[in-house]
Formats: sequence, structure tokens, C-alpha cells
Amino acid sequence: MVVAQKLTMAHYRSTAYIDWCPGCGDFGILSAVQMALAELQLEPHRVAIFSGIGCSGKLPHFVNTYGIHTLHGRPLPFAIGAKLANPELTVIAVSGDGDGLGIGAGHFVNSGRRNVDITYIVHNNGVYGLTKGQASPTLRRGLRTKALPKPNINDPVNPIALAIVAGYTFVARGYAFDTKHLKDLIKKGIEHRGSAFIEVLQPCPTYNDIHTKEWYAGEDLIDPATGKPRPRIYRLEETGYDGEVKTDSVEEEIQKMNIAIAKSYEFGDRIPIGIFYRNPFIPTYEERIALNSPTYQTNPPAKQPIRNKSMKPSAIIDELIEEFTVK
Amino acid sequence: MFSWMIGGAQGTGVDSSANVYAYAAASAGYYVYGKREYYSNIKGRHSYFSVLASDRPVNSIIDDVHLLVSFDAETVFRHASEVVPGGGIIYDKDLEGERLKNIPSIEQRIVEEISKELEENGLGDTLKDLLKLAESRGVRLFPIPYMDLLRKTGEIIGQTQLSALVRMVNTMAVAASFAILKADPSHLYKGLNYSFRAKKKVVEMNIKACEVVYDYVRSNFSDDFAYSLPNRPRSDEVILISGTSMVGIAKIYAGCRFQTYYPITPAADESVYLEDKMTFRVDSTSELDYPPVAETKTLTDKGNIVVIQTEDEIAAINMAVGASLTGVRAATATSGPGFSLMAEGLGWAGMNEVPVVVTHYQRAGPSTGLPTRHEQGDLLFSAFAGHGEFPRIVIASGDILEAFYDTVKAFNYAEKYQVPVIHLLDKAIANATQTIRLSEIGDVVIERGEIANDVAPGERYKRFKFTETGISPRAPLGNRGTIFWNTGDEHDEYGHIDEDPINRTRMMEKRMGKLRIIEETVPSSEKISIYGDDSPDVWLISWGSTKGPIIDALNLLGVGYKIGFLQVRMLYPFPGQVVAEKLRNAERIVDVEQNYSGQMGRLLTMTTGIKPTNYILKYNGRPFSSTEIKDALVEVLQKDTKRVVMNRGA
Repeated sequence: MVVAQKLTMAHYRSTAYIDWCPGCGDFGILSAVQMALAELQLEPHRVAIFSGIGCSGKLPHFVNTYGIHTLHGRPLPFAIGAKLANPELTVIAVSGDGDGLGIGAGHFVNSGRRNVDITYIVHNNGVYGLTKGQASPTLRRGLRTKALPKPNINDPVNPIALAIVAGYTFVARGYAFDTKHLKDLIKKGIEHRGSAFIEVLQPCPTYNDIHTKEWYAGEDLIDPATGKPRPRIYRLEETGYDGEVKTDSVEEEIQKMNIAIAKSYEFGDRIPIGIFYRNPFIPTYEERIALNSPTYQTNPPAKQPIRNKSMKPSAIIDELIEEFTVK
Repeated sequence: MFSWMIGGAQGTGVDSSANVYAYAAASAGYYVYGKREYYSNIKGRHSYFSVLASDRPVNSIIDDVHLLVSFDAETVFRHASEVVPGGGIIYDKDLEGERLKNIPSIEQRIVEEISKELEENGLGDTLKDLLKLAESRGVRLFPIPYMDLLRKTGEIIGQTQLSALVRMVNTMAVAASFAILKADPSHLYKGLNYSFRAKKKVVEMNIKACEVVYDYVRSNFSDDFAYSLPNRPRSDEVILISGTSMVGIAKIYAGCRFQTYYPITPAADESVYLEDKMTFRVDSTSELDYPPVAETKTLTDKGNIVVIQTEDEIAAINMAVGASLTGVRAATATSGPGFSLMAEGLGWAGMNEVPVVVTHYQRAGPSTGLPTRHEQGDLLFSAFAGHGEFPRIVIASGDILEAFYDTVKAFNYAEKYQVPVIHLLDKAIANATQTIRLSEIGDVVIERGEIANDVAPGERYKRFKFTETGISPRAPLGNRGTIFWNTGDEHDEYGHIDEDPINRTRMMEKRMGKLRIIEETVPSSEKISIYGDDSPDVWLISWGSTKGPIIDALNLLGVGYKIGFLQVRMLYPFPGQVVAEKLRNAERIVDVEQNYSGQMGRLLTMTTGIKPTNYILKYNGRPFSSTEIKDALVEVLQKDTKRVVMNRGA
């Protein structure tokens, strides 16, 4: 018997050179992903990470698992295709806010309707970093980050609220520089049966001079009592917040969604992180496919032989042809 | 050859009655080819179905109509002029008073044309006037009092509610034609069984209606109609099938286990067929080509295909590519507007050497174009879609049977060469219904290309390893020991982003070099087909569904001309060498295509320097008929007209 070697974070590091800016929040997200995989002891070859375009898009190259760096806004369709073809894979999709909520918003919403068993991490830094700092779909109206010639005139998308109404069954937010907390969210997301959405607040030290690490740490909010900064980020779970649906009831589902959506609008001097909403009662897409196709779960596409030893097709089409035979 | 046409408002059973007729004619021993025309509309607009029946296999329709079958006035107004002298029109006697100006769904130009003709003949604008005009040309009229006959049927089956019976009018129209043609009604009943499948009660009701109609026709019309459909012995078994169903079956046969689509005419029928046939029988002795992927082996004798309706065609192609990365044969089916959205996904598949099949049913563009009509306008777009340069294969099927084999080939090519394959079909093939000899549906082999099952110990797997052929052994996601990366960025052999100029040059040459490998290794027989004379005075060159009408036209043209027909089946990479060998010394090359600019002619010139001398083109949204091509050809042969643009079809 082979004794499985314990997998450590080092097993999930690739040899590719990491070319993010020094101090980038993406480093925290990368570590959290690697730590989560190690703690779950997922064998690298059983994991596939899909990404879109932008700084976040490079993440899979830095992880020693199957890494598929796709098109701008498209990681979800690729990821879903792979997962449904081979449900044994652990599939993680990674986007930036421009990738997932701008150009890929259609896929974002429609993926929520399916509840495929994948984890979707969206790096949210408010800017398009790789093209030199244009406003992203999450940047608030009136703000002018340093590369913007004029203040932003678009209202922001609320990723948490959008994910909830789209149908994601696990909706959470982490902070790139609270790596351990983020790692726990990613672990829970992977373990969640269904589509898990995790927004990660990610300071962009180069282009977002408003939502900086210092800003999140509340260095501009000095508590007069203590004379110390009052951090904006706080953990939902430490406040008694509970967004988990505990019974299979529509009433509770709606109630928890409402609480979570209301909570998601808190963004200013106080910014919550943690699990906003979780509903374990919605069937996964894999289960829904199996309702129509009873052999799907035992024989998903990747486990079906398609030819015999003499290279002839496995499928027997006589009955299909028979339906059209003229008698 | 007997040409039959039925028309009526969309949603009133025109399609199903045409299928009943086509099946019945096939059952009586004829080969049939059916063409369906319809508006982009759910209910009310005019649709019609032409069926050509012959004692030898037919691949197209002809312009003439021998028997026009109708149960509304619009059909007669639109199509009466297509009926030949000696032919007949079946119509609803109760509608004789209908006036042309009261039919709002006929386009103004057509109304004006019909009005003008009626006026010139001193006639009014009622249906009766139009029928008089037809009669004066020698067309037989067969007025059928549908409502009376429905009532009579109702009495027999004990149903007095006319509204419960009115759905049978189209069946009665078919029955009338069958009776007029002195055909054996038992075939009609088989046709009803085929069309209504399990609904036994509906079939019985319809059979009663047919009997009533047969009685009426026998006692009201003399039996000297010029055309008849007597039983004809046929030794070979046939199927009657549409293009979309045939490709659906072929995909299952080819091992496609993942199909994505966004609803679009005329491609959606294929995916809906696959959704219906999600589970099928498989030979349980087969084994996986990627043994390590599945650690629990759970083989049964049941296979299944996952069919996903996506949010758009962007998701459709990318989801199929994602599935393909797991080693699964995956495809998407679409039409021009959807394919436009797929361009970026196609490029990613090309860049990452992922096998994927795009089944592209062309329709008339640009933009929304004529959404339910035919065109071959997407050849150049298919050959060049996407930014930058990457290899792909474009193949085109000439008919439904070819589409069956080409579907399997598309997957084989995709995996052997690790490229996206665009399988071009079109509305004419999608919506055609044709008899195909069962014996012609035969053997195929599944070729999966180079698979990386073993990586030497201590060696890291290189997904994009430089090899002599440019093809690197492929491994699926989930496979132990072959972790790799993919990226739309230029990459190194492992799949990591790499902007080194030397690597870039090598990678471009690796990928683009596959086009040469494809040209060298795909046998000529899969690139072109030759029909007619092999060293002719005149070469016809074409591609796709024009094959049927061209071959039928050559038969109609008969002896006296030395004409060869070169059908190009692999369009990209364009098989310049084999085509040039045939055409090099040709004096006259006639390019026949259903588009404005002679797109394949351009590919020919681009690749070989050879230019077509004449063009026969058509872009009015209706497929060529054989008679139309024959007439165009006569014009080219006799007058050397450089560009003949045809415009037939209603």
C-alpha cells in the first residue's frame, strides 16, 4: 500500500515567475488558494484553476495544478464545461472585477442559475490594472483613482448582491491581506456543494490610491478614545450575523437573501467580510442533469469510452436510425 | 419525377403533413427529397414544403410543381404560377371568394405582380379569378369542400365539435393528393403513424378523415390526372431523415459526449434532437483512451451526451472547449450570427491546440439577414475568423449523407491535428428531408491522435512540446503526471506565458506548420470529389449543398456536353495542389455558389492563382433547384455569360 505523502503548500507552487507589482493584494489571494488546497489535501492533478484576463488571470500559472488562463470575461464557461465533463475535478475559477463583472457579467449571472459545483473567486480592486488603471465596474461614482482623467460617472455593481440574486448558493467576501480568513472562505467554498462565489477586496498599490491597504486598515479613521486607527474591515462571524439557510424553505431562503443583500450595501467606514449567504438545499447542476440523464453521475462524459479496440465507435445507433426507417 | 408542394400558414401543420406525404411516397417505393421554406415567424406567415419523388435517388428540387396542395388562399395566390400545364391544384372550395387585397401577409411586390397578371387577363382579384387563369394554362383544379368533409368525418367518429377536427384539414389535403394520384392509401396510414408516433387515437381519427376524402375524390373527379404514384418495388431499405437529425446521430456515433448551443435557426434542431436522445446504447467492451482519468471504472451499456443550452454563443464555444480539455469529444452547433460571437473562442482553441468541433449551419446574412433562409455566405469568414493567425480546418458537406460521415471526420481531424474544426452545413441541408439508403450508412473509425499517457519518470510534461509535426501528445485535465497550463498568451512548451521572440517564432511555426501537415496527410479523397467527366471541356466547381442540384442538373442536361463537377469538401486549408491538378489546363471553370462574391473562387485564386472564368451565383435566400442550375449552365455554355445570377424560388 502506498502511503500518501502529506501535501504542503510547496506542492502547489509552480516554477513560473510571479510578475505582480510588489505589495499587490494578489499575493495574498494566491497564498490563500495554495493554503486551502494544501489543507484540503487535494492532489494537484485533480484540481483545475481557470482564469480570465488581467492581473488575476495570471494566478493559475503560479499554482502547480492544471491551470487554464482563458479569455477576458470567460473563465466561467470554460470552468463549467470542464467540471460537467469530468465532475471528479475540483474546479476553481478566478476573475478580476473587470473580467467577472464587466465583460463577463453575462456569464456571471447565468452561471448563478446553474449552481455547478465550482468555486469562483473575484479579485476586486476597483481598477483595470493591466491597462493602466481605468475604472472597473465596482468603482464608486464620483471617485477618481489616480489614473482617471476625470471622476468616475458610473454607479458600481454590488458583487455580493448580484451573486445572491443570480442564484449563487455560497456568497462570501474576503480581504486579500487577511490571508488565513480568506483561506478558510476558499476551503468552505470548495467544500460547498454548488456554486460558491467569493469576492476578494484586493488593494492595487499601483493604480487604486483610494482603497489602499492603509484605507482598509482605517488609518484615516483615528478613534479619539484610543488614538488608534479603526479598521474598516470586520468579520461578519464575529458579530453574530447569520446568513445560512437552515431549512429547506422558500421563506427562510428569501429572508436570508434579504438580510445578506442589505448587509452587502455596508461599505464605508465599516466593511464586512465573511459568509453573507449560504444555501445547501439547492440541487447542483450535476444533480439536475442526472434527473434527465440517469447514467450521468456514474458515467459522466470523461469516463465514457467512445471506441473499441478496433477503433470502431462504442455507440450503437441502430435504434436511433430505426426511428427514421421507412416501412 | 413528380414534384409535389404543400403550403399553408405557419402553425397549421404544413410541416407534419409534408412529412406524412414524404414518408408515404417513400413507403410506396420512391426516393424523395423535401425542401422546407418558412418565415421567421411562429404563427400565421406562409410556409411551404416541396417534395420531389423519383424512382432513382434525388438530391434537390425542381422549379416545376406538378401538384399544388393547399388549404388556404395565400398558398394558391403565391404558387399557382409554378404549377405546370397538366398539373393540378388542390384547394378549399369555400375560399374561392377570397380576395388578394385582403391577404395582408403577402409582400407588396408579389401582390403587384399577381394583380398585374390578373388585370392583363381581364380578371378580378378573387381566388376564383386566379384559378381561372391557371385553368386557362391547362392546370387541373381540384376543389375540396374541407368543412363538409370534416363534418362527415365527425359524424362517423362521433365528434360534432368542428373545432376538435379542424387540425385534420392538412391531413385531408394530403389524402386528397394521394387519392388524385391514385396512390395506395395504406402508405398514407403508415405516414400518419410515423408522423404522430405514439398518438394512436389521433392516427385513427386521421385515417377516418382520409377515407372520407378518398371517397369524395373518387366520386367527384375523373381519374385521368396526368400524374400518378403507383406502388413501386424497391429492393433497398431507406430512412427518411432531416439534416439536423442525421448530424445529431452522427455526433453520438462519433463519440461526442458534450454539446453546447444557444438557440438559433436553423441549427437548434440538432441540439434539441440530442437533448431528446440524451441516453443511448453503447458497446460495453470499449475502453477509455485515457485510463488514468477515471479511477473508478463504472462501465455500463448506456452512454449519455450532456447538452447544455448556454447564455450566448460565447459561452457555448468556450464551454465546449472547457469540456474538450478533459479529453471529451465536444462540439457546439450554431449559425452565422452565433459563429460571429465565437471568433474569440475559436482563436483560444487554436492558440491552445484544443480539439473542438463547430457545426455551422449557414443561413442568409449579413447581420440577422434572412434568418430562416439559405445561403453559403460564411465560407471566407469561417476560414479566417479570429484575430491573429492560427490553424483550423473547414470542411463542408454536400448532402445529408455526407454530413453523417463528415461529422465523424470533423472530430477525428480535430483530435489528430489538435485544431478547431468548422463543419459547414447550411439551411438547405438542415431542413431538407431525404431518403437515404440504409446500406449507405456504414462504417467509420475513431481516430484520437496522439495521447500522452506516459511521461518518463523525473520528466515534466510539456503540453506544447516542439515535435517534428508540430503536434504534441495531448493529456486531459485530471490526468496524473501531466499537469500543464494553457493560456491565450504566447507560451512556452509547458504552457506558461512567454514573450521571448525566438520562442514566439518557434511556436508560430509549430502551430501554423500543422496546416502543411494537414494538407500532406489528409487523403485527396477527403478533400475533393469528382462527378461527371474527369477530363471535361468545362469544370464546374462548388462546395456544400449545391452538390445535389448540380448533380441532378448534370443528369437533366444529358449527353452532348463534357462537363466535370469538382466538389471541394475540405475548404481550409484549401487543397490547392489537388484542385490545381484538375483545373490547371481547364479552359472554362464555372464557379457555382450561393453567395454574392464567389467566395470559394476567391480561395481558389488565393491559393492557386487559378481564376474561375464564369460564375453561377444566387443569394436570394432560396436554394438552387436542379432545373435552375441547368438553365444557368446552358446560358454559360451557349453565351459565355460571365456572371449568371439566379433568382428563383418563392
